[in-house]
Amino acid sequence: MSNPLADMDKPDVIFCIGTNMTECHPVAATRLKRALARGAKMIVADPRRIGLAEIADVHLPIRVGSDVSLLLAMAHVIAREGLMDQAFIDERTAHGEDFMQHVAQYTPEWASGISECDPEDIEKAALLYGGADRGAIYYTVGVTEHICGVDNVQSLCNLALMTGNLGREGTGVNPMRGQNNIQGAGDAGALPNNYPGFQTVTDPAHQAKFHRAYGRKVDLETGMTKVTALDLCGDGIHAMIIDGENTLVTDPDRHHCEHALKSLDCLVVIDIFMTETAKVADVVFPATAWAETDGVCTNTERRVQRLRAAVPPPGEAKPDWWILSQLARRMGWQGFDFGSAKEVFNELCALSPLYNGLDWDRIDRGEYQWPVPARDHPGTPRLHEERFENGRGIFKMLEYRDPEETLSDEYPMWLTTGRRLPQYHTRTQTGRSDGIDYLLSEETLEVHPDDIVRLGLEDGGYAELSNPRGCVYVKVHGTTKSPKGTVFASFAFEDVPVNVLTGGGYDPVTQTAALKACPVALKPVGPPPALSQTGPETGFAAL
Amino acid sequence: MRHNGAALTLTLDGEKVAFTRGETLYEVAERHGRDIPTLCYDPRLEPFGGCRLCVVELEGARNPVASCTMQADPGMVVRTRTASIEVQRRILMEMVASENRDADVDPMHGYASQEMAELLDRYDARTGRFAGATSGTSRPDDDNPFIKRDYENCISCYRCVRVCAEQEGDYAISVMNRGFHTQITTEFGGHLKDSACTFCGQCIQTCPTGALGDLKALANRDVPGETETTRTVCPYCGVGCSVDVMTRGEKIVGVLPAMDGPANEGALCVKGQFAFDFVHHPDRLATPFVRDDETGELRPASWDEALDFAADKLRKVVRDHGRRAVYGIASGRAPHEAAYMMQRFIRAGLGTNHIDNCSRA
Repeated sequence: MSNPLADMDKPDVIFCIGTNMTECHPVAATRLKRALARGAKMIVADPRRIGLAEIADVHLPIRVGSDVSLLLAMAHVIAREGLMDQAFIDERTAHGEDFMQHVAQYTPEWASGISECDPEDIEKAALLYGGADRGAIYYTVGVTEHICGVDNVQSLCNLALMTGNLGREGTGVNPMRGQNNIQGAGDAGALPNNYPGFQTVTDPAHQAKFHRAYGRKVDLETGMTKVTALDLCGDGIHAMIIDGENTLVTDPDRHHCEHALKSLDCLVVIDIFMTETAKVADVVFPATAWAETDGVCTNTERRVQRLRAAVPPPGEAKPDWWILSQLARRMGWQGFDFGSAKEVFNELCALSPLYNGLDWDRIDRGEYQWPVPARDHPGTPRLHEERFENGRGIFKMLEYRDPEETLSDEYPMWLTTGRRLPQYHTRTQTGRSDGIDYLLSEETLEVHPDDIVRLGLEDGGYAELSNPRGCVYVKVHGTTKSPKGTVFASFAFEDVPVNVLTGGGYDPVTQTAALKACPVALKPVGPPPALSQTGPETGFAAL
Repeated sequence: MRHNGAALTLTLDGEKVAFTRGETLYEVAERHGRDIPTLCYDPRLEPFGGCRLCVVELEGARNPVASCTMQADPGMVVRTRTASIEVQRRILMEMVASENRDADVDPMHGYASQEMAELLDRYDARTGRFAGATSGTSRPDDDNPFIKRDYENCISCYRCVRVCAEQEGDYAISVMNRGFHTQITTEFGGHLKDSACTFCGQCIQTCPTGALGDLKALANRDVPGETETTRTVCPYCGVGCSVDVMTRGEKIVGVLPAMDGPANEGALCVKGQFAFDFVHHPDRLATPFVRDDETGELRPASWDEALDFAADKLRKVVRDHGRRAVYGIASGRAPHEAAYMMQRFIRAGLGTNHIDNCSRA
């Protein structure tokens, strides 16, 4: 997030897009509700009538994957009405004039043809955001998990740049990160293009720095992403070490993924449970879990906080860092003699310019938000206050692109996926915590009542959801939460592995999978006994 | 009314003290260590003025005023603990006690559950002078596994109603009837599951009497040992809520929200509050496993064997296919040290950048 969580009750106008925050980041959403109680206005762009949409001033039920068209049209209205922050544009951005010209062609009527939103609502949303003194944008993976994920984010940046909604209290472009330490995994350098602290691997100076630190010269060439690596399993990639990820269930196109992992000569999995992914491994190492592990995590607002062990782990489970450093030593490598999480974290701090001012003891109370470049630096709750790290904020001239797969006669419905409040990811944790299943014990497919009638489905009956990658059986839940023509399911439950179906393309820059827009066919099927004929373990079969 | 930049002051128990515009008398007094009793007060919520325990004497006012709702003004002369105020507080606590069947609830009920019992002791108020009719109807029929609804212990402080509305914005809990017949309830008087309740547990944590209780923690009330707490961060989404994990011996017995947590300021959701016991689930891996060459099945192994087994296989891959054939995927769930060591393994060990984390899916 560019701005701290504490800023979330301060905007005049809140623009939430692709974020089901009341279910996925409930505590952050309470701050938005407080802003609304104070009189703030809220725009929510989401195909579904999610909890936030219920309390929004404008709900834009956009067709999945059409974000760029909507955002171009909002920019169009803001430019047309002269609601730009010209001083901000002049002082801090580049290509502003070109951008205003670029968006002149993208009217709300044009965007309505793509996004299926009412042009008047697009106009209204643009006037609200454009007219705000403090406008704040919040988004989650509903924006990024598309073939145009980067374009979507840059479209949001364009809106913030043209209205000067950056670097001030209650503004910003704020991604809500989905996992407790997904920010930290990137901070710590678990990326193919960056060393710790987002230092690019292609820079010889960084190469030299880490050569000195690690005693080994690392390639100047960017590594491949996980997506590419999974594509190349058995054909270039022959061993994988996977820590704490149920890749088989969470990643798109499950059949492809399963085949990939089984093609490896060696799969090492580190986890706390025997997940579906661990079951296909050659070696499984037992890790310590939350509340058993001392360590550090970074939240979505870049706050660096300590995790503390409260109980001993079961049996011989060990911290991940210990497992990997022991494995490195068995490989015969030098320099992996770490004695504690503290030693590991302090080495990271010494090597990351974002963490140079931190160490294990300094983050004891969690008051620092990175960058903290020096010991006397107070941390950076709000980014971009005085200037942008790379000079000027650059407007991007974007065009709308269709998803890689679009609707056809054969696959006439959009499937979009997400999470539900009580369950988390593939239920490895919430499914093993007493009581959570009381709130949600099975997955259902949200289908608009008109579609139920049109497709001959039955509310509470079963449907077969299919596309060329596979098929999934799921109970039907009639609700107007999903718009006509779009169905929704989460990937939480093992017996409804919706990621069998997803996988229609990737963003060309980040290789993030298009998990949110997937054409499918939907037809009624009989009750569950049918499941047993299609594979006893997984409840799905390849077509 | 600005005083030309001069500090605003009032007189608190004979002492001249400074305050800032907008502070209440309660806040000023607390800042100066007065420890005024309250039952309906939660610093995160709008002042309510319901319990009347925080009353103070204010010169010029005919009756004692509730300090939680009275804004400080320059020149006020306030007395927080006169004999007559203390008598008034004691009588109020005696009346509160008369209404409650069980004043001494297990601390496992929730964060604020001991507030009433502590005040009853402080004011020596268990006299039974006002014993008589009781109010509040409990809901043992509500079968939810998280929130105990024992309204016979309710004192109508409305903290649960207010935390649900003001902090959570959920408005799941409401008040039915008035006066002696006040009853905390939900829309249509049903079960919480059928209301707007999200089971965040905040009502439990703010309840000062244990009328509402944390059923998951209470299920562990017989676990032997002293309850200890450890400050850590919730293991679920990226908001990074601080929690105090309650343990007895080697068992996690519950979770308390950290009121001073920088990201959450005491708020939690259903997962952070209640989904902690996966840690002790029998499915947890307690030993390494290796795939047996003969059976093709995973079988338990010692660390020595498993580490050698993995290292041998990885070395063979490097020998056969080169160092670029090994790929590392770090976790977005594990701490920094895990991700850092994974990239260090790949970079320092193999000299490649074949490392990623799970953020692309």
